[in-house]
Amino acid sequence: MDLNYSQDESAFRDEVRGWLKANLPQDLRDKIANYEELSRDDLLRWHRILAKKGWVAPAWPKEWGGTDWNVVQRYIFEEECGFAGTPPLIPFGLTMCGPVLLRFGTPEQKKRFLPQIYNGDVFWCQGYSEPGSGSDLASLKMKAERQGDHYLCNGQKIWTTLGHYADWIFCLVRTDSSMAKRQEGISFLLIDMKTPGITVRPLILMDGGHEVNEVFFENVKVPVENLIYEEGKGWTVAKYLLGHERMNTGRIGASKRELAKLKDFAAKQTGDDGRPLADDPRFRDKLTRVEVELMALEITNLRFLDQMRRSGQPPGADVSMLKIKGTEIQQALSELSMQAVGPLAQPFKAVASDPDFDRFTAGLAPRYCNFRKTSIYAGSNEIQRNIISKMTLGL
Amino acid sequence: MNFDYNEEQQLLADSVRRFLAKDYGFEARKKVVSSKDGYSAEVWAQLAEMGLTGLPFSPDFGGFGGGAVDLMGVMEAAGDALLVEPYLPTLMAGQLVARAGSDAQKKAILPQVVEGKLKLASAHTEKGARYNLSKVSATAKAAGAGWVLTGEKAVVLGAAAADRLVVSAITGKGMSLFLVDTKDAKLKSYVTLDEMRAADVVLKDSKGELLGTEGGAQALVEEVVDYATALICAEAVGAMKYSCDTTLEYLKTRKQFGVTIGNFQALQHRMVDMYVSYEQAKSMACLACSKVDSPADARDRARAVSAAKIKIADNARHISQEAIQLHGGMGMTDEMKVSHSFRRLTMIAQQFGDAEHHLARFARLS
Repeated sequence: MDLNYSQDESAFRDEVRGWLKANLPQDLRDKIANYEELSRDDLLRWHRILAKKGWVAPAWPKEWGGTDWNVVQRYIFEEECGFAGTPPLIPFGLTMCGPVLLRFGTPEQKKRFLPQIYNGDVFWCQGYSEPGSGSDLASLKMKAERQGDHYLCNGQKIWTTLGHYADWIFCLVRTDSSMAKRQEGISFLLIDMKTPGITVRPLILMDGGHEVNEVFFENVKVPVENLIYEEGKGWTVAKYLLGHERMNTGRIGASKRELAKLKDFAAKQTGDDGRPLADDPRFRDKLTRVEVELMALEITNLRFLDQMRRSGQPPGADVSMLKIKGTEIQQALSELSMQAVGPLAQPFKAVASDPDFDRFTAGLAPRYCNFRKTSIYAGSNEIQRNIISKMTLGL
Repeated sequence: MNFDYNEEQQLLADSVRRFLAKDYGFEARKKVVSSKDGYSAEVWAQLAEMGLTGLPFSPDFGGFGGGAVDLMGVMEAAGDALLVEPYLPTLMAGQLVARAGSDAQKKAILPQVVEGKLKLASAHTEKGARYNLSKVSATAKAAGAGWVLTGEKAVVLGAAAADRLVVSAITGKGMSLFLVDTKDAKLKSYVTLDEMRAADVVLKDSKGELLGTEGGAQALVEEVVDYATALICAEAVGAMKYSCDTTLEYLKTRKQFGVTIGNFQALQHRMVDMYVSYEQAKSMACLACSKVDSPADARDRARAVSAAKIKIADNARHISQEAIQLHGGMGMTDEMKVSHSFRRLTMIAQQFGDAEHHLARFARLS
């Protein structure tokens, strides 16, 4: 047993860290540090910087721009990005639509879409959830009727993250509603957001932020060549996507950064007794428990990676554990950060335009609100428990 | 990076598991627990035969020079089987001898420990000291060529079984360690909640032999307590795994309302959380054992061990409590092994410092 990274792995980490330090633009770094909303340009700028370096889609095959990194290197890269505070790489193209195209796409579809995704020429979003289909995804209703060389699409998607930035959306649609099993008759379609009949309506979250949307489809014509895999076999595609390797589910690098930040500013906050808040045993114990939980998650994650590297098998239901623990930690950190500033957590957006206003402090309470989403999105933590219960425990 | 046991470690862990499954099942263990001495001479001989008493000691004394990581699989097996033999007390006191003793002392004691002929216990904790390792009031004074010790030690695990005790006491130069023949001390023995044997030890001008440098015991005691803490973290992992597995089995067999109770989502999710707790605890046991094996940085070691013990203590409580709850009334009974795992996990959570003690220590070291 050896918990240390090898010399090669450490050297790789140094290389990534050094490169990020030199290439992450200061304005983006500041926005992330202050929890500010990122624009479409911010996100694409960072995407393109990585694409130029050849690091934007490490898991893709080499011929399409992948890196040949092993799972540990990929994990190190993502951890370093999180720790450095880079903008996120939006997953819809790179780690969702891309892998689906690589696995199920025709040569023409690959040639058409993969380079655009890789280079950040198009912004993708995901059309899975519907108002009546959240955790129960297979109940989806959006209809796509085959009419000659196109599908006629009608219906609604919801929780479409960054749909207002997107050029394209990949959708699960129902092409046949006569099937006995709900998982049958679903198809996977790629849709150009500029097609007539598509309306995007913002859903403002309780922190005031605009990140998710409702997308309405009214008689939207989608060419049949945008169908991925076979008609009616969309559930197979969707399942592949869910099971696709997710290295960064625990978001350990980002949580490490938040923890370090929180410790730093808790040391500068004054507690009720005039001493630093960081020395208040009640606050300190809460913080330490989160830190220990994060240490344990990191090692658990490394244990899974080590297994994966040896077995060559994708991680399976273990990823659900990383999701549950990772999001609990993110939420605990956002809660403690808000708690650390005490009454100063109260000011909201009203004064945000004042240049003297402390943007970091003002961002803490909205961030706490926003982070409640983490245990709900990407398969709620209850769904993750269902997965472990069924797949790992056989219940 | 590599989290697997090597071939030797795996073989050893497997053979210990096989032995315990065969000769140390729940019924066999019951007999040991209710025997006069609370341990089995035959089992001890077997442990020695398998090399377990020699594992962590230098080949110079017939041992195998293993570290905490080499002991992990063994401790997990011990936790699974709820081993009550005075193994940990002997290893712990043996480590104090190995790390502090003169060549003559090591030669006199360690080969016998390795061969299973000598058992040891370490007597450090006193009433009122709680988990503070520097709080010792027993005293030692020079008497002729040797020393005499006076004071009281509380809850000395394995004391009655031990041939010799390693006792901490204060001299003019500070905390020091002494070897004391158990027969020179007065023991008040009892059974612990987790069915081991311990004793309160009274020393009154009891003869002692200085072990190591006079006044130099503090750092060493802390080091060896960290070592033992890492080992019980691994033991806890074994007991947690048993508790999870047997509870899962119960959910799959126990029927209510016409279905196995594992069909109920309220129970499924709690079962999942138990397994997640177990995995997190196992990760921290790996960390603790690895760190006590790398002597480089005492602060780094102490910090890792405290972090591990916080998680082990919290998760031991979580898993043991849920295991009982999910078993319902049956879990409460003495007949079920799961209630005995509960008792061991309950004590492990507080042994060598509870979560609160280690939270404070972790913060001091950060």
